[in-house]
Amino acid sequence: MDFNDTKEEATFRAEARAFLDKHMKPLRPGESNNMLSERDDPDTIKHAKAWQATKKDNGWAVLTWPKEFGGRDATPIQSVIWNQEEAKYRVPPNIFGIGLGMLGPTIMAHGTKEQKDRFIAKMARGDEIWCQLFSEPAAGSDLAGLRTSAQKKGDDWVINGQKIWTTGAHFSKWGMIVTRTDPTVPKHAGLTYFIVDMGAPGIEIRQIKQINGGSGFNEVFFTDVKIPDSQRLGRVGDGWRVALTTLMNERASIGGGGGGMRSEDLIRMARQSEWNGKSALEDSAVRQKIADFYIRSSGLKYTGYRTLTALSKGTTPGPESSIGKLVGAPMGQEVAAFAIELQGLAGSALGAAQEAYLGSPGLRIAGGTDEIMRNILAERVLRLPPEPRLDKDTAFRDVPTGPASK
Amino acid sequence: MNFDFSEDQKLLQKTARDFLAERSPLQVNREVLESGKDWNPELWKATAEMGWQGAAIPESYGGAGFGHLELALIAMEIGRALSPIPFGPSVYLATEALLLAGSDAQKQKWLTALASGRAVGTLALAEGPGFPSAASLKTSLAGGKLNGKKIGVPAGHIATFAIVAARSSAGPTLALVDLASGAVTRTPTESIDPTQSCAELSFKDAPAELLGAEGKGAELLDRVLDRAAVLLAFEQLGGAERAFELTRDFTMGRYAFGRPIASFQALKHRMADEYVAVELAKSNCYWGAWALERNDPEIGLAAPSARVSATQAFDLTSVEMVQMHGGVGFTWEYDCHLFYRRAKHQGLVIGNASHWREKLVQRLAAKHAA
Repeated sequence: MDFNDTKEEATFRAEARAFLDKHMKPLRPGESNNMLSERDDPDTIKHAKAWQATKKDNGWAVLTWPKEFGGRDATPIQSVIWNQEEAKYRVPPNIFGIGLGMLGPTIMAHGTKEQKDRFIAKMARGDEIWCQLFSEPAAGSDLAGLRTSAQKKGDDWVINGQKIWTTGAHFSKWGMIVTRTDPTVPKHAGLTYFIVDMGAPGIEIRQIKQINGGSGFNEVFFTDVKIPDSQRLGRVGDGWRVALTTLMNERASIGGGGGGMRSEDLIRMARQSEWNGKSALEDSAVRQKIADFYIRSSGLKYTGYRTLTALSKGTTPGPESSIGKLVGAPMGQEVAAFAIELQGLAGSALGAAQEAYLGSPGLRIAGGTDEIMRNILAERVLRLPPEPRLDKDTAFRDVPTGPASK
Repeated sequence: MNFDFSEDQKLLQKTARDFLAERSPLQVNREVLESGKDWNPELWKATAEMGWQGAAIPESYGGAGFGHLELALIAMEIGRALSPIPFGPSVYLATEALLLAGSDAQKQKWLTALASGRAVGTLALAEGPGFPSAASLKTSLAGGKLNGKKIGVPAGHIATFAIVAARSSAGPTLALVDLASGAVTRTPTESIDPTQSCAELSFKDAPAELLGAEGKGAELLDRVLDRAAVLLAFEQLGGAERAFELTRDFTMGRYAFGRPIASFQALKHRMADEYVAVELAKSNCYWGAWALERNDPEIGLAAPSARVSATQAFDLTSVEMVQMHGGVGFTWEYDCHLFYRRAKHQGLVIGNASHWREKLVQRLAAKHAA
């Protein structure tokens, strides 16, 4: 049992560092890359594209992609090592993650030769940014219940409907969209997957303002938007299978977690705060809570190490990596609430803890809610039987919907 | 990164699991429970023959000389089996204390007897409700004689010797007492888990030797308890895993409203939470094992983390085991109560979760001093 790199891993890490040192400056003390992300102004996007191109031209982008698509067939552990090292530098935000992590592999698996030639290289180099148009107002956790329609007219498809929670739609060149092409069959059977030009006429993108004031994602409206049949990915009616490829490639979340506040931050805050005539750090309820957060965080940290060990031995982590999100996201919210409480009467003043509190609900919802994470663990890891599905064998148009979605 | 046990260690674990499946089925617990006996001495002898009691004892003292990683995995299997033997008090507490602080003569005498299973050791700490501090200890050691009373001593009336937390004129001190002495009165206490019996020990001028330096007992006790916490956490982890597996199997096979009750989110989401609790505990336990094996000072943080999360995991899985079994879970006939009892007992025996959280924060606050 040890935490060290193998000889090969150490060599790879040293190479990564040498490349990073040549092109980027390390983070300053106390600075984190989180502080630098979530910016989408034109300069930041230009900077991000330039960095992606530099990485690609030097063989440090799309590490795990096959060589034939411009990758280097790197192992998952090499990819983790690269991410660990890159995170120590002042790099621009990664606005390519959805494309490179999820959409690229989907094109590789289901695309025609023409589609692969047209799209993959430009995606890898960051020349073109991609977004994923899956969720809808009435189809979130139940994604296959989506209702944006695509109808064949001549050689084109005509799209009508609305997508939502689309990260980066406002600066993406291309999107991948799942649509309903046949409402007369059960829901999973009537879907078709397309590549859509985000500049096409009839597309309207509205940024969504979040609880915390940020605007990371969008609503996207489609009114008679034309997509040539050459941009269909997979067969008509096979969209669910293609979409599953995308979802399976959601990057396994490894390590980290805990919502950003460390136990030493909480201890410092408690020490400075006055409760009942003494330091809050002398209060037993406060102490118990700090311990509890620390123990959960270390549990997550070392769960991450176990995952890394599995990767290091060449195993791919499975759905059990949902633990990181299921524990980390609610804990981020709890820790932020606790940090605010520690400030007592001063707790309303907007600061890091308050910002974290306002931002934290999003992490419990995005990429699978806490409840969906529990279903994934229960059904895919523990092999418990699924809920009965009332709509499984019913034509989609006959599936009951609530009054709000009509 | 190699944060895992080796193939050899896992093979040893598998051997232990197979051995206990045959020699320590839950029926053995039930016999102890229903016969009014306190333990199963035949099983104790058999595990000693496997070299388990001496897993971390060097060969020069009659041990198997495996190491602490191996011992941790054996502990996990004993935890899974809920084996009715005093492995915790004898191996994690008494043996670790002797390994840390015993003189050569003490090691020669006691470690060899512990490794062979001839001796059962224990640690006597509590004197009343709560957890005694160095300042509040009343049991006294003077002129080689021990006086006082200890309660809730694990395996207290089957142990051969006890390491006793006492006060001397120099301060808190650990004393080693041969319990065969006529100057020790033992009274068995009915325990919440009768397969892990306890006793009250009264010492009246009982002959005692120093274990470690006089007046340095508090520091030594802290180190012993950290090491024991990691090993006991593995035992708790094993119990939690098994309780959870049995619950999962039961809910898959039990039908209500026309479907397996495991398909209801009211249950499956709670089972997902149980799984998470067990996995977090396992990760903290691994961290503890890593620190224990290397004698790394990080054990000061890893041991409380392992102890608290393993206690939480076993508490949760044993409580949910009874609840998800429904009415039969509350019967004597079903095995749920064996886990429910063991989980509670183990969650208390070297200090409860609140005690260990407090210990952790003291250490964190010292590490991040103002």
